[in-house]
Amino acid sequence: MTTTQELTLKTEPFILNIGPMHPSTHGVFRMRATLDGEVVTDIEPVFGYLHRGIEKLAEERTYTGIIPFTDRLDYLSPMSNNLGYCLAVEKLAGVKVPERGEYIRIITAELQRLANHCVAIGAMFNDAGAYFTPFLYMFRNREKIYDLFDMLCGQRVTYNYMRIGGVSQDLPEEFLPAVAKFLPQLKKFLDEYEFFVKQNEVFVARSKGVGILSKELAINCGISGPVARASGIKHDLRRDDPYSIYDRFEFDIPTAENGDCFDRFYVRVQEMRQSVRILEQAIKQVPDGPFRANVPQVIHPPAGESYAHIESPKGELGYYIVSDGSIAPYRFHIRPTSLINLGALRNMVRGWKVADLIFIFGSIDITMGEVDR
Amino acid sequence: MTTALAATEIVSQLSAQFPGAVEEAGTDAVLVKGEHLPAVVEYLKTAAGLKFDYLNFITAVDYYSYFEVVYRLTSLEFNRYIVLKTRCYTRNKPSVLTLTGIYQGADWQEREIYDLMGISFKGHKNLKRIFLWEGFDGHPLRKDWNR
Repeated sequence: MTTTQELTLKTEPFILNIGPMHPSTHGVFRMRATLDGEVVTDIEPVFGYLHRGIEKLAEERTYTGIIPFTDRLDYLSPMSNNLGYCLAVEKLAGVKVPERGEYIRIITAELQRLANHCVAIGAMFNDAGAYFTPFLYMFRNREKIYDLFDMLCGQRVTYNYMRIGGVSQDLPEEFLPAVAKFLPQLKKFLDEYEFFVKQNEVFVARSKGVGILSKELAINCGISGPVARASGIKHDLRRDDPYSIYDRFEFDIPTAENGDCFDRFYVRVQEMRQSVRILEQAIKQVPDGPFRANVPQVIHPPAGESYAHIESPKGELGYYIVSDGSIAPYRFHIRPTSLINLGALRNMVRGWKVADLIFIFGSIDITMGEVDR
Repeated sequence: MTTALAATEIVSQLSAQFPGAVEEAGTDAVLVKGEHLPAVVEYLKTAAGLKFDYLNFITAVDYYSYFEVVYRLTSLEFNRYIVLKTRCYTRNKPSVLTLTGIYQGADWQEREIYDLMGISFKGHKNLKRIFLWEGFDGHPLRKDWNR
């Protein structure tokens, strides 16, 4: 029998272009995958299809005028983006947010985390090949959260809700009872969802041990959020560098040890439970009073610089602002969670098949609006 | 709470280790000379009691008379951070040394700075534009960039 080696066939690597217009690339992500048969030997991501130059545009806007831009970064969690930006400006200008404003912010940020994880988990199943059934179950719940936000600010996607020194408008009377009604429903749903998925043999076979990200590599790449926690890094800015009023709530930081796709899914589900826990505590404690500090519409923060970071649903989202004392920032930099979390993708997919490549990529949970800015 | 590593505390240690490396020690940041930067970062990352193993972000600011590259490092173990800065005093092909050998996460962020601010990173293995296309005229985040 002749082997391939004896025949000395001439072989060359096959380069497959995936994206930017492809349903599994979560927007306009493009990668050039080098394949050996069906096995991925290397990938090279190509960015820039959604680059809008937000950092440059911000240099010509007032501080309040930048808030709508932040909605458009990670468009699956605009509330968190608003929050991080407002914290950075407040740090710079020395603004103190009233108690009620802080509580409203925490409630919206945690609801946003739930909404984001609904998409992250649902889309991950799409990428695994469970086409749209698990996705739409999750979307049903996200829809309810979006209805709550609609009640709050009249917007469903780009909220532009937070302001420097608080939020744009007070909670409507029916909001807190609606949240209180929604949380038990979601808890029940999560139990059910986890039960169905965790025992699904196909999903377990596709996800356990696939796309392993080691703890050392995750730290070296600066990876944060659920992806890092699934690799055993117990780091959560809500606990390690508490901002706003997170130090008042009791919650755990779920972690996992293996750093595979299954763990990334599992950590997210556990995080949703913890968010529900925070929300349950927060909605009981909301005090009366003003929801926004008295801040002039056009602010002139003193010259200097500030960096504020929050634990956004995807990880560490930071804003670095340099002020020269004028009405617009001198330099506005966003620490893009999604871009940095993709940094280890190349190491994670090597040696896996093309179908796994899509799945591993999906398990990181990125938004191109934040990658390209 | 992630606390800042006091500049005074670290500056004496760094000056002893790398004479002449620290240009200026501010209240919240340490200004390091460009040629010493990778060595200083390597030391901060590996020295016992420091362990700044996590690179939060890299960015650059254009101050007309110089470019400032800003690095924020965190020690996950001790929950402390430090901000390092380095300056390039030329507008014509400014460059600093790369950190890609120390942190893999620096790769795309350095490419971003190269793309938008026009600072090249010596030693970077794949330094090309990341968001804009090859052949784009200029570097838009520079203050003198003309639309």
